[in-house]
Amino acid sequence: MSHFTAQEYERRHEVLEGWEIGITTYRLGGRCFCKVDNVSPGALIARAVAATKADAERAALASAKTRLASTRRTPPAPRG
Amino acid sequence: MTANAESQVLVDVAWLQAHKDDPSVRIVEVDVDVYSYDEGHIPGAVGWNWSTQLCDTHRRDILSKSDFEALMRAAGITPQTTIILYGDNNNWFAAWAFWQAKIYGHHDVRLLDGGRRKWLEMGGELTDEVPTHAPAAYTAHDADPSLRSFLDDVRRDSAARAIGLVDVRSLAEFTGEILAPPGLPETCQRGGHIPGASSIPWGKVCREDGTFHSRDVLDKLYADAGITRDKPVVTYCRIGERSSHSWFVLKYLLGYADVRNYDGSWTEWGNLVNAPIEKG
Repeated sequence: MSHFTAQEYERRHEVLEGWEIGITTYRLGGRCFCKVDNVSPGALIARAVAATKADAERAALASAKTRLASTRRTPPAPRG
Repeated sequence: MTANAESQVLVDVAWLQAHKDDPSVRIVEVDVDVYSYDEGHIPGAVGWNWSTQLCDTHRRDILSKSDFEALMRAAGITPQTTIILYGDNNNWFAAWAFWQAKIYGHHDVRLLDGGRRKWLEMGGELTDEVPTHAPAAYTAHDADPSLRSFLDDVRRDSAARAIGLVDVRSLAEFTGEILAPPGLPETCQRGGHIPGASSIPWGKVCREDGTFHSRDVLDKLYADAGITRDKPVVTYCRIGERSSHSWFVLKYLLGYADVRNYDGSWTEWGNLVNAPIEKG
């Protein structure tokens, strides 16, 4: 059992495979976490845990890239 | 009513810090990312997995009354307990749990404004210890049908334009440009939206830090889209969880009298044979 707080909590937006993504990283105890969401709606699409934030982010982004690349777009029909 | 209404359904980090050891309060974490709880959670918090503990795992439905009662009992929750729900992604699935708690008549249930993110950002203490609570006695009310819409209701009322229909998915899902949120599996045969629906994406109700906007901002958001108080309102999304978040805002932060969540949502409507669909 241990108690701790989140350290180095950071969140930023980027574009990956043409989609806006949110990248959240933080450290809990001795582990670093990275989570990638799709901003709209914000669903989690990849997560990774590593010893450093850089390694966690690298792994999560690689996984997110694969998933986002499979998203199909259909040109919207004109309204009215 | 907003200050009073918010105080009855929302708490902030300072409130939770002061009450987290109160035996009449039970803190529950519900996340989109079902592994978040195990990373570390608020001391004393119970974790509920939305995909196994907040739905019927056999047929598509919310929890049965008996399963809801069992969930409450196992968490040491009585009908008098104040339940504080929090989770990741602006309380997305925490709101799903809130909706079901209200369906089964739990009186005092509230959300931590800003959810898990706010707690982490504010340096709130976490633990990896999973608490054990003595089982409690819990008898739920019968499901409240006034909080939920089903397919036949939406078919009838949307055709008659008798409801304010709020599609809380992203604009790209609403227009039919994509069949599922980016990076997620496609779970419907057709894209678009239910005829007559207004697009008000769920994330617009929150600030960047995950806390809810002020009542003035929220009022304007819905009024500008023509969602008024003179008609019943129905919210929907893809599987009913994002729309439970907007349902919470309309019913509990804005005080709309008749708001229902259509949890069948687009995965039901968008797979129906011969259902009317609008695109664009």
